[in-house]
Amino acid sequence: MAEYKLNTPLTDADIEQLKAGDVVFLSGTIYSARDAAHKKLFELLDAGKKLPFDLEGSSIYYVGPSPAPPGRPIGSAGPTTSYRMDTYAPRLHSLGMKASIGKGKRNDEVKAAMKEHKGVYFGATGGAGALLSNSIVESTVIAFDELGPEAIRAMKVKDFPLLVINDCHGGELYVKPRLDTAE
Amino acid sequence: MRDIRYSDVVEAVAALCMKANTELPDDVRNKLTQAMAEEDSPSAKEVLRQLLENADLSMETKLPLCQDCGLAVYYVEVGDDCRVAGGNLRDAINEGTRKGYGDGYLRKSACDPLTRANTGDGTPAIIHFDLVPGDKLKIAYMAKGGGAENMSRVTMLAPAQGWEGIKKFVVNRVAEAGPNPCPPTVIGVGIGGTFEHAAKIAKRGLLRKLDDTHPDPRVAAMEKELEDALNALGIGPMGLGGKTTVLGVKITLEPCHLASLPLAVNVQCHSQRHEEVEL
Repeated sequence: MAEYKLNTPLTDADIEQLKAGDVVFLSGTIYSARDAAHKKLFELLDAGKKLPFDLEGSSIYYVGPSPAPPGRPIGSAGPTTSYRMDTYAPRLHSLGMKASIGKGKRNDEVKAAMKEHKGVYFGATGGAGALLSNSIVESTVIAFDELGPEAIRAMKVKDFPLLVINDCHGGELYVKPRLDTAE
Repeated sequence: MRDIRYSDVVEAVAALCMKANTELPDDVRNKLTQAMAEEDSPSAKEVLRQLLENADLSMETKLPLCQDCGLAVYYVEVGDDCRVAGGNLRDAINEGTRKGYGDGYLRKSACDPLTRANTGDGTPAIIHFDLVPGDKLKIAYMAKGGGAENMSRVTMLAPAQGWEGIKKFVVNRVAEAGPNPCPPTVIGVGIGGTFEHAAKIAKRGLLRKLDDTHPDPRVAAMEKELEDALNALGIGPMGLGGKTTVLGVKITLEPCHLASLPLAVNVQCHSQRHEEVEL
């Protein structure tokens, strides 16, 4: 398992070197989007309109942060469960998204899209939202403010700690439950 | 009849919400520490280390432990010899929730199920009332996150399936959930009652301390058996593999209909946030 320091926007070369289990410290700008924001992004795409951020090389973080208390750029900001965005991820990968960040399993369509378009799925530690917020130095709502915690934010991150869960070569880090021994 | 002031309920509830979301209970912290010592895998150890560091940081900064501060769920025991003076108990709990989630900079996660419009203030809370003897008011609060709640299920087994059927269902549920609910999880199991009651008692079991022992030796043995079976799945912290898939199993067993064997599995993430107060 290797360790990498990467900067956004991510390139094909960045992605191709990554293997499931690698640790990545990501710096640059990532975009928060979860259920409601994805729905709205797709409405824009379907209407042929411009998205609030450039998908090329982008990293989308599945997060709905808690409100920023005075003196901090953001509240707690750990990942939400990713499978709810499985229906959206393949198209976004085909349009240039390089990485999604969340927790939990992805479906076969998302894995296939990552292979085809050179994408990666990063896991961040769920339930460590206070700790992860320390790696977010700036956060600005750039779209859908009315969605509150689900608004799209441009987040400036410094060495955001990630694990490669699914790489673009078909590798996966999650273990299969040992059902045989349990029963 | 003892009077409890409406404003005292509001203040107490707000304090519960803020404390539970920023101070990981000692029993949970101890289990995580113990698990970290027992795990061999570096990634399992690292996840647990991060969770403990997160708990320290949350305590220090008052940033919530998790950005998902949950739906506010309450189990309330109302003594039949007390009443709330100056307002309605349900209103007081909702007002306290609003205040706690507002003042504590907690995320408000309540929304319309179809339009998905956020209600904006974390209410309405989910409140289960129970009437008990005495003149005290006991309010237990739980921050129930969506990720783990989504992995929960209710099923109606046939009585012939019995304990083996129950075990199989719970093990399969946790296996299927895999990394999604933020393991190591706490599993509340409700056996008996009716369709809705099984779910209610499954969740109520999550209010117990992780290090307690069920007073009924039969149920205590069932909890141990299930806990061992679930840890044998090897899912581990955040699904990265390891010995700790669950931090505990809490079973609540109640009588049911002759024809039924209701079973509810309520999954709770490792951030097992709950607090209670007696007024």
